Amino acid sequence: MRVMAQLGMVMNLDKCLGCHTCSVTCKQAWTNRRGLEYAWFNNVETRPGQGYPRRYEDQDRWEGGWVRTPKGRLELRSGGRTKRLLRIFSNPTLPGLDDYYEPWTYDYDTLVNAPAQADVPVARPRSLITGEPMQIRWSANWDDDLGGAPEHAPHDPILQRIGERVRLEFEQAFMFYLPRICEHCLNPSCVAACPSGAMYKRAEDGIVLVDQDACRGWRMCVSGCPYKKVYFNHRTGKAEKCTFCYPRVEAGQPTICAETCVGRLRYIGLFLYDADRVLEAASVEREADLLEAQRSVILDPDDPAVIDAARASGIAEDWLDAARRSPVYALTHRYRIALPLHPEYRTMPMVWYVPPLSPVVNAVQETGFDGEDRSTLFAAIDALRIPVEYLAELFTAGDPAPVVASLRTLAAMRAHMRRANLGEPPDETIAASAGLTPAAIEDLYRLLAIAKYEDRYVIPSAHVELARLLDAQVACSVDPALVDPVSRRAAGRPGPGERP
Amino acid sequence: MSTVLWIAFPYICLTSFAVGHVWRYRYDKFGWTTRSSQLYERRLLEWGSPLFHFGILGVLAGHVVGLLVPESMTAALGVPEWLYHVVAAIAGTAAGLMTVAGLALLVYRRRLTPAVFRVTTRMDKAMYLLLAAVIAVGTFNTIGINLLGPGHDYRLDVAVWFRSIFWLQPDASLMASAPLTFQLHALLSFALLGIWPFTRLVHVFSVPVGYLARPYVVYRTRGDRPGARPPRRGWEAPGS
Repeated sequence: MRVMAQLGMVMNLDKCLGCHTCSVTCKQAWTNRRGLEYAWFNNVETRPGQGYPRRYEDQDRWEGGWVRTPKGRLELRSGGRTKRLLRIFSNPTLPGLDDYYEPWTYDYDTLVNAPAQADVPVARPRSLITGEPMQIRWSANWDDDLGGAPEHAPHDPILQRIGERVRLEFEQAFMFYLPRICEHCLNPSCVAACPSGAMYKRAEDGIVLVDQDACRGWRMCVSGCPYKKVYFNHRTGKAEKCTFCYPRVEAGQPTICAETCVGRLRYIGLFLYDADRVLEAASVEREADLLEAQRSVILDPDDPAVIDAARASGIAEDWLDAARRSPVYALTHRYRIALPLHPEYRTMPMVWYVPPLSPVVNAVQETGFDGEDRSTLFAAIDALRIPVEYLAELFTAGDPAPVVASLRTLAAMRAHMRRANLGEPPDETIAASAGLTPAAIEDLYRLLAIAKYEDRYVIPSAHVELARLLDAQVACSVDPALVDPVSRRAAGRPGPGERP
Repeated sequence: MSTVLWIAFPYICLTSFAVGHVWRYRYDKFGWTTRSSQLYERRLLEWGSPLFHFGILGVLAGHVVGLLVPESMTAALGVPEWLYHVVAAIAGTAAGLMTVAGLALLVYRRRLTPAVFRVTTRMDKAMYLLLAAVIAVGTFNTIGINLLGPGHDYRLDVAVWFRSIFWLQPDASLMASAPLTFQLHALLSFALLGIWPFTRLVHVFSVPVGYLARPYVVYRTRGDRPGARPPRRGWEAPGS
């Protein structure tokens, strides 16, 4: 067992109101530069919908992620290393700007400087790529809120997989938002596809980054990532991607998308995982088994054997403590309600999602039934087969059982807390129907519904000592006790450059 | 004059080539990239870029054989001059035509795609001009002189002179008697080598052969990130 730490995120889709605040603050923080106008490290897409870039989930076209060969080995879907190098002069699976969208600005100058005239001056859109006036035809969230759905939604690769038959029914019953960032996968196919070796997974916290000095702009990472979350900066000629706001999380602060999330639906915490088992788990034969395989790679932070192994691999006590209190581990493993996005890509994504119950509740309420009654909700989850199928295609490689289990837990929580709020005597069978105790249900309620800041984000601010050291270096007033590794270890702190 | 053209100029260009690359690698790793424009335009690139690159790799291989292998060595291997000449002229023509076709497509694309032309720097334009000139003259030498024309055994003068540069015993007289277009090709090529490190051509030295050997997933610790480095010389801390 080789224990490594991984920062992970969970998003509770029930609470996403599709306001795009995360996207906007992320853009302001990271991509408001020339060359990345079209890039959204964080985007929010309406599902059903094509997503951004258009139809990125169509891996027959884009060849992202891994596949299992008949011999049981993992290979990048786009082929082996030699094949990739032979395609280096022109990458056939690189999305064009049309697949994202052509970024634009407006000719604001005419509004104030146009000469006096009969007509009101207008600010015409101008392409940020060519500088010429342009027609706006697409954007990162063109089909927001199902806008233009009759035209666009049929091109949703997930809908196409479920089949023509269910589409109309689906559109009437069901819509939700899916915020996406880089998945910071345990088995990242972008890293594997990078010919230069410029992309790497940080050993301390699992964040996947691009070394800007080593990147040579071969663009294979963009193709390799099945989520299309690596972007090519067309001005600098380098790949860029979501950094999990590493300067913030190193200081113990949540990412900017999480910090500014209006719905307070994002959770950040640590996972401990067994790095020796990642490849084996990503190679299981049946796609439907990938979810369980991915769960099994993540270790129980309360298990003494895990703690010993973690200490042996140099993970510090405050990180182990954070792992034990990790809200993401609680949602993925203790309550088992959070599911990974597209486990069938075999990349072991580390951003997980609590599937939305609200469409089911809405459907129940529209028919005049009680949307907080357990048996009604349970029956509705079973009856509303189509939303469950769609969610299963997103989160469980098509297996409805884990989605149903997750939704049932959410329904049980609703029913249980309704009784508590109305002062009715608690009904233990409600919690039991989700396999939980009433106390556990109430804990889950606090985590999901109250969602206090300090419960949502348990990020070990372990690098504070190191940051102070860096400050000290800059200020040239170095306290020897801060620098000398021996005295630091004696004081129970890691030496400079060591993992805290 | 002969000394300037065939001794001084090559050494100046080679120095610029070597020192320039070291300088660029040290101070401009961030600028060391292919600067791909595939995001803007893919249809023409799909044809032009592989044509050009595979063609120029063939051209490179031809130059390695033609310039670095002495005629005495091929003769010792039992390859008569006429056979070498025929093979070199035919293979050289094929590679040359691929390269010319690819370059023509790429230049056409660069000029007529507004998005691509907009990101073309002055250095790019100078480089394309020089590269096109080198390739044009070289293709003329192969096709116009060696395939269809009277032919010229460059392995008796140009190649010997080229090798003599690296033995540090350059013999200018060999080049002085070579045909004009061969002289021109050599001069333009050295000029291209001279500006090479300051153009996008540096990406040639980034051929990712290491990719074939390394593990798929790369791990790195954050120990060596810039903030943790000792302050560089000349850095004045605030308040010091």
